[in-house]
Amino acid sequence: MALSGLDIYKLLPKTNCRECGFPTCLAFAMQLAKKAAAVDKCPYVTEEAKAALESAGRPPVRLVSIGSGERKLDIGNETVMFRHEEKFRNPCGIGFIIDDGMADPEIKKTLRRIHELTFERVGQKLSVDLIAIRQNSDKKRFCDVVKMVSGNTACGLVLMTGDKEALQDALELTKGRKPLVYRLTAENVSSLVETVKRYRVPVVAASVTLDGLSVLTAELDKQGITEIVLDTGMKPLVEKIWDMTQIRRLALKKSARSLGYPALAVIDKTDRFEECMEAATYILKYGGIVLLKGTEIWQALSLLTLRQNIYSDPQKPLQIEPKIYPVGAVTDSSPALVTTNFSLSYYTVLSEVEASKVPAYILSVDTEGMSVLTAWAAEKFTPAQISASMKKSGLENMVAHRNLIIPGYVAVISGELEDASGWKITVGPKEASGIPSFLKNLYNKPEFVNS
Amino acid sequence: MAIGMLQEKWPGKVNETVIGADKSRGGTRSNVVKTGGEASLPFLFHEGVFPHKPVIAFEIWDTAPADWPDELNKSLSGVYNDPLAWADKCINEYKAELLCVKLQGAHPDFGNRSADAEAKFISRLLKKVSVPLVITGCGDDAKDNQVIPACCEAAKGERCLFGDAVQDNYKTLAAAVSADGHSIIAESPIDINIAKQLNILISDMGLPVERIVMNPTIGAMGYGLEYAYSIMERARLAALSGDKMMASPFICFVGQETWKAKEARVSAVEFPSWGPETERGIIWEAMTAAALLQAGADILVMRHPKAVEKVRGYIDELMRGNTP
Ligand code: SF4
Repeated sequence: MALSGLDIYKLLPKTNCRECGFPTCLAFAMQLAKKAAAVDKCPYVTEEAKAALESAGRPPVRLVSIGSGERKLDIGNETVMFRHEEKFRNPCGIGFIIDDGMADPEIKKTLRRIHELTFERVGQKLSVDLIAIRQNSDKKRFCDVVKMVSGNTACGLVLMTGDKEALQDALELTKGRKPLVYRLTAENVSSLVETVKRYRVPVVAASVTLDGLSVLTAELDKQGITEIVLDTGMKPLVEKIWDMTQIRRLALKKSARSLGYPALAVIDKTDRFEECMEAATYILKYGGIVLLKGTEIWQALSLLTLRQNIYSDPQKPLQIEPKIYPVGAVTDSSPALVTTNFSLSYYTVLSEVEASKVPAYILSVDTEGMSVLTAWAAEKFTPAQISASMKKSGLENMVAHRNLIIPGYVAVISGELEDASGWKITVGPKEASGIPSFLKNLYNKPEFVNS
Repeated sequence: MAIGMLQEKWPGKVNETVIGADKSRGGTRSNVVKTGGEASLPFLFHEGVFPHKPVIAFEIWDTAPADWPDELNKSLSGVYNDPLAWADKCINEYKAELLCVKLQGAHPDFGNRSADAEAKFISRLLKKVSVPLVITGCGDDAKDNQVIPACCEAAKGERCLFGDAVQDNYKTLAAAVSADGHSIIAESPIDINIAKQLNILISDMGLPVERIVMNPTIGAMGYGLEYAYSIMERARLAALSGDKMMASPFICFVGQETWKAKEARVSAVEFPSWGPETERGIIWEAMTAAALLQAGADILVMRHPKAVEKVRGYIDELMRGNTP
């Protein structure tokens, strides 16, 4: 928990000697609370006070970074159990496991597939994050595959091996890529810890019990390893939900530092639907990373969409700039449709207008990011507001006609909107999926746009 | 030092609602569906009882749906024109334990069937199938106010679940449901305050709160799912904290919302980068359902047989952990 200026003041010498550059200890404390000064500016501060400050400043769930460059994955730093309290901060990493027993062409094909798994939704680019290489063969084969994969991807890497020499060589091959090492256990920690320290890479700490995990992370912390991801191993779904919930709860509510790290789950199911639904469960229930084997497009599209939903900001809906968006080769006789500036509303309309191949204008009205029905109910999508927005956006200069298409859900406002704007109002379909046939029919009746 | 688990014990629990009446309850159903009753957040079995597994209701219509996507038509279009055969197929082929009948044919724009005709249809359906029924109106308030009371009467004593009552149209429905021994779906527009208010209004009319099921209004994955997810989490936390008026079980119309989603509808030909549509549609419905289960859903109304199969497997897998 963050300390207030007064809390910090209590920890300082209170001599007001000014050596820190501030007139009083209190002034210095206030700056520390704002994180605008560094504690070592005071030469007299005790070790005890330093430790208290450091621990208070540390987030309850550590931030862990995997990979480097554009595809760097940040996980952890979470602050709540429920997303209505505050936005979940760092989206759960999604990764795929490649077994080193696979033949080279198959590995290359899988890599190509993984790289194609990027999508655009609601104006955001969605892509998968990690590729994990699992050792199942000898050291040489493992390293060959690590080399092949790392040379062909910008994704973050996970090295799944318990073999000290294989790990050492693989870390040498991936120097600078900051791969995640999977995994240290009570049994192998003494043999692997020096290697991990030397390369300064994040590690997975694994134990089937939370007690075991806690002992292990405390040991790693003592060794100076702080970028840790927790794993309680393969367990039935419900037990994993329990573990992940407990880890998050203990870190947040009991300040259990030894469990204050993001958690990981490896999924081992052969049915692609079941695999995908299990992964979805951990995205919802406090997972920091999920690793799976299936690379089907529908798996990635669904998991990435779910993740986007769950990690969106519940206080601030995604919005777009309220203005006129021309779609396609518009002319002054192209139809004009109105919607809100809620991203989901706008992009849904946009994709259907594009699908119709009918060039059109979309006017997005500032509804503070509310959807059509919500905005209408909250009086943010009224005839007065829509007609004001038509004027402000300059719609009348862009089209020669005076026809506006409104969403079917707000058909009730058409009369009033006609009066307020002086335009002819046409009620469009309720669901955006009806837009293409609606627009094509309009297009068949040129009198609509020319009237 | 050993880390102690942090167990939450809640003072409240979700109300228990029974759908269907068997012989011992004065009806003719072969089984009844009990739902609700949870005293913990979803699937945290260590923290409180979770007496009933979430249940899936197959959605059927009284009239052939015109705009369902091909993926649904593939398995179901053969029975669209015969709702009794449709019901039969869901039960015998897909092992439905609950059906949700939408009386779409009563809608002025989709057949305008009379209240009398719909009541007769419900009587025939009750004779044909022995599973409990959820029955929903066509969505036109004025028409539903004629049709639902007639159907309530036709199904008297069978303890069906009727819907949807909304804030500005609940009285006629609640009175009919109450008189004929059924239960009611109270629908609120993703709004926790309206949800509570409506539950209060309906129970003020004399319908016991145990006979109310809440429809929080959901969006499919990618289409506002997260709003429903959080509203449901908040309502469930309130229920577990002891608020009886927030403690109704949830019913979620997963099929209806999912199959509107573009990701569930468009073909790979139109959208090559989204891959084959068959699995895409099924996972969209199944994963939307899974997410809502994790927010506390008790009854899922679904459409695609394969999606139902997958969600049923998911529920079974979760419930296997429910050992006291
Ligand atoms: S240097 Fe330390 S003791 Fe001196 S005024 Fe600053 S805070 Fe106080």
